[in-house]
Amino acid sequence: MFNKGPSLRVFDHPILGKMERREQINIYVDGKKIPAYQGEPIAASLVAAGIKVFRFTSNRDEPRGIFCAIGRCTDCVMTVNGEPNVRTCVTPVEAGMKIETQKGLGRWQKKI
Amino acid sequence: MKEKANLLDLSRDTGTMSKKELEASPGYPSKEDLKKGSVVVIECTEEIPCDPCETVCKRGAIVVGEPITNLPRLDPEKCNGCGLCITICPGLAIFLVDATYSENEAAISFPHEYLPLPKESDEVEAVNRKGRIVCKGKVIKVRSPKRYDHTPVVTVAVPKKYLHEVRGIKRLNKGAK
Amino acid sequence: MAKENLACELAIIGGGPAGLAAAIEAAKAGVRVSLFDENEKPGGQLFKQIHKFFGSKEHQAGIRGHDIGYHLLDECQKVGVDTRLNTVVWGIEDNKIGIVNEKASRIVDAKRIIVATGASENPLSFPDWTLPGVMGAGAAQTMMNVHRVLPGTKVLMVGSGNVGLIVSYQLLLAGAEVVAVVEALPKIGGYVVHAAKLRRAGVPILTSTSILEARGKEAVKEATICSLDEKLCPLEGCERTLKVDLICLAVGLSPLAELCWMAGCKFKYLPELGGFVPIHDENMRTTLSYLYLAGDVAGVEEASSALEEGKLAGVSVAGELGYLKKDEAEEEKDRIRKRLSSLRLGPFGDMRAKAKLELMRAKG
Repeated sequence: MFNKGPSLRVFDHPILGKMERREQINIYVDGKKIPAYQGEPIAASLVAAGIKVFRFTSNRDEPRGIFCAIGRCTDCVMTVNGEPNVRTCVTPVEAGMKIETQKGLGRWQKKI
Repeated sequence: MKEKANLLDLSRDTGTMSKKELEASPGYPSKEDLKKGSVVVIECTEEIPCDPCETVCKRGAIVVGEPITNLPRLDPEKCNGCGLCITICPGLAIFLVDATYSENEAAISFPHEYLPLPKESDEVEAVNRKGRIVCKGKVIKVRSPKRYDHTPVVTVAVPKKYLHEVRGIKRLNKGAK
Repeated sequence: MAKENLACELAIIGGGPAGLAAAIEAAKAGVRVSLFDENEKPGGQLFKQIHKFFGSKEHQAGIRGHDIGYHLLDECQKVGVDTRLNTVVWGIEDNKIGIVNEKASRIVDAKRIIVATGASENPLSFPDWTLPGVMGAGAAQTMMNVHRVLPGTKVLMVGSGNVGLIVSYQLLLAGAEVVAVVEALPKIGGYVVHAAKLRRAGVPILTSTSILEARGKEAVKEATICSLDEKLCPLEGCERTLKVDLICLAVGLSPLAELCWMAGCKFKYLPELGGFVPIHDENMRTTLSYLYLAGDVAGVEEASSALEEGKLAGVSVAGELGYLKKDEAEEEKDRIRKRLSSLRLGPFGDMRAKAKLELMRAKG
């Protein structure tokens, strides 16, 4: 049976069948190591890890997360490998990726 | 003025077809037809352009015709209870009732797309159209061949008096209400 | 920016069911088609639709949406459509579109353009609707059916149209619990068979009820719902708070027609079709002679209508460009229009059929 315990991954689905095997990698969210599956969007790994807050707004410091899940609304943006405003719902994870909960518009820290 | 307590009342009618509506629809067999043995029960009461039940029936027991918004009409004489229509119906609105299963029981077959699937000879809780448990049932058959395309058909034996009511079982997922 | 423009005969923007169907029809006839989609995989909404479709055999009834999607992708490859994924079409003007992907930004010259960009979910605002845990019903569908993760385990569904009802059912399949479906109007919006499935599973569907507010500190922990009067105003003393960690909004879709606005198409406001819809004729051509439409962008309907409109637009363009003889094209278009009409029958389709007729008769 699926969803034993707190897992939010749908390993077995009555119509979609068993989840296909994918390589497991590690990503880092605010310094914490989180397991992820190669190729899935960052947002999926975060949801599976029980993380709901992706960023805080500039003026009122309000928490935001996923809203449209198809890359159109930008509610889910986080700072990824030093680059702010990355849409986590359409950006695939990579091994060792460093993801930070973004405050406001974030800061550009990536070397161009 | 509605009371606070009634807001989640499961006995509300919204989303369920009334006995009157069902018995008036051309897909619902008469009491006489039910007495004869396995017969399909089509609980489709809205005009939607849809006819795979007609297409899939090899014996021509279901007729929709033109326009395809017509409610499906069942010819119980032609129905042999094969159950192919149960799995093809996109609305999961077709069932199979065998009022002659045993002296005291009727067998009800219904589509069940949930995991985990029950196993044959399991004792289960049978539910009505409002999801309310009405009696205990025994699982007689669970069929899920490839051609059903992930719509398994479960058959349960229940006391005969519930044959008009039972249309499913309580989901076995631990998290289910 | 690259110096030379790319060129194709037919540029199709959007690789969902409408775009794919259009690409296949045009390419089969011999047109040089380039299909652009901003996602890394085409298919649009199809791969989320894991339920069996309605309609008749010619509409692929009884087949699950995602299987129809695989089939279309297959056919598209077979007929040799030039598919550009991860490519955003950022602009359009006079037979030219601007595209950008990771590598470069280019202008593409196209004899004809089909916009098949679909629709987006409508928001619904209430206090704390911005909390993590409030999302579109389609968003929840994407997370569980495409990415195989559950964005919540106890759900309140707001809206009882077919999207709300179907996604609620799919949430049950994925292992979530749908605490209730609320509907502001006194009647369920979608098909009673979809509602019946939910009721058999023990999910309450509350009409004349809506959400008053979401509650939680950093994410949704509760939702307060309330009964409404005939004017859709909350009735005092009729609230109830539910423990939920996911609130899905299924309150309608609106055509994603920004490119059409940009190009200068004329629009008409038709709430039955989702709001502002670009005016088009029975060949799916807009008020601009080079620009065609197909799918939800031409009026929010269903996947089966999107498929047929895609075929109609594809055949229209193939005929216009001379790849199909005039009478061949007209006959095929008539066959498609007949199939479209049959999808728009009955009390649900009637409204859309009338609105589509108004749209096609409107003058720019």
